[in-house]
Amino acid sequence: MDRLLTFLTALSAVLILLVLRSVRRAHIRVEYSVSWLLAAATLLVLSRWPSLLEAAARRLGITYAPLTILLIAGCMFLIMFYRFSVIISRLKDDNIALAQRVAILEYRLESVEKGAGQA
Amino acid sequence: MNPSLLIIVPAYNEEAAVGEVVRGIHRAMPGVRVLVIDDCSLDATIARAKAAGAGVLPLPHHLGLGGCVQAGYKLAYELGYDYVIRVDGDGQHDPEDIPRLFAELRDSGCEMVIGSRFADRNGVYTSLARSLGIRLFRLVLRPILGKAVHDPTSGFVGVNRRALQVFSKSFPLEYPEIEALVVLQRKRFRFEEIPCRMRPRTTGKSSITALKSVYYIFHVLMGVFVNVLKFEPRGQKPSRRS
Repeated sequence: MDRLLTFLTALSAVLILLVLRSVRRAHIRVEYSVSWLLAAATLLVLSRWPSLLEAAARRLGITYAPLTILLIAGCMFLIMFYRFSVIISRLKDDNIALAQRVAILEYRLESVEKGAGQA
Repeated sequence: MNPSLLIIVPAYNEEAAVGEVVRGIHRAMPGVRVLVIDDCSLDATIARAKAAGAGVLPLPHHLGLGGCVQAGYKLAYELGYDYVIRVDGDGQHDPEDIPRLFAELRDSGCEMVIGSRFADRNGVYTSLARSLGIRLFRLVLRPILGKAVHDPTSGFVGVNRRALQVFSKSFPLEYPEIEALVVLQRKRFRFEEIPCRMRPRTTGKSSITALKSVYYIFHVLMGVFVNVLKFEPRGQKPSRRS
């Protein structure tokens, strides 16, 4: 159990550093880093404070405490994936609408220029 | 001359066929504007379309069939067209059928008219797998649409301005033909089918390959059910009289 918790501590620390580095280099926008940092911090706290983890396990009725941490992490990441799917879908819709608008405006501009050239 | 009719031709890498498609449309419907919507082709589709006398709406990047067709609908709606007929750029639709399809669209008052390869027994060129898929879609669509549709995957369709208004706001992006019928049904719009000849594809290849067929069926069925269940805020349904 100790080995697993140490591994999870290291994993969450790496995740926090990776996200902070990405934010610093503008690879991830701040608003999208919050959910990653929150998930990694939760993992870190639960893996460093076994008493807190065991209390959570008792509350959820789980006999093997490390399983709790995986369950909580799994739920958090599922919620994040859902949230990102919503964001990606909206971005795709916006992107398509924008591309169509650019094409239509270019077409209409060309028509106006042709009309002006002939006049 | 029909100033209120626009014929749109969505095309992606159709340099071998698009020129003849445009010329065929001009022969069948002299004086009618033809607009090829180029979905960012990598070949000479734009040049061939222009050389054949079509206007071209080039998209800045590849949007897929639904996004490509919707761009044409949006432009037609903004320019005030009353009717739009879509003819595919691969040459499978016979331009000689356009006058009949347009007459039905104008005279019937239906929001959509579909050129159907199954409304009679002539000109059927489709694979066994596709034929089975179409039978499945017919079964699913019958109770949803409240009437039988023989060729729900046909891309040879005409729409009037009421449908144009709806489609310029909401149009399925991938494999749009079947979902578009459900979108229309949600608005209580009507459609008709007329028998048309479909010619075998002579150039290029279909966007739906054998490997994609299962995904296609799953995607379309999902799209149909999502559209049936779609939340629509009050006051969004346009009147048929508008």
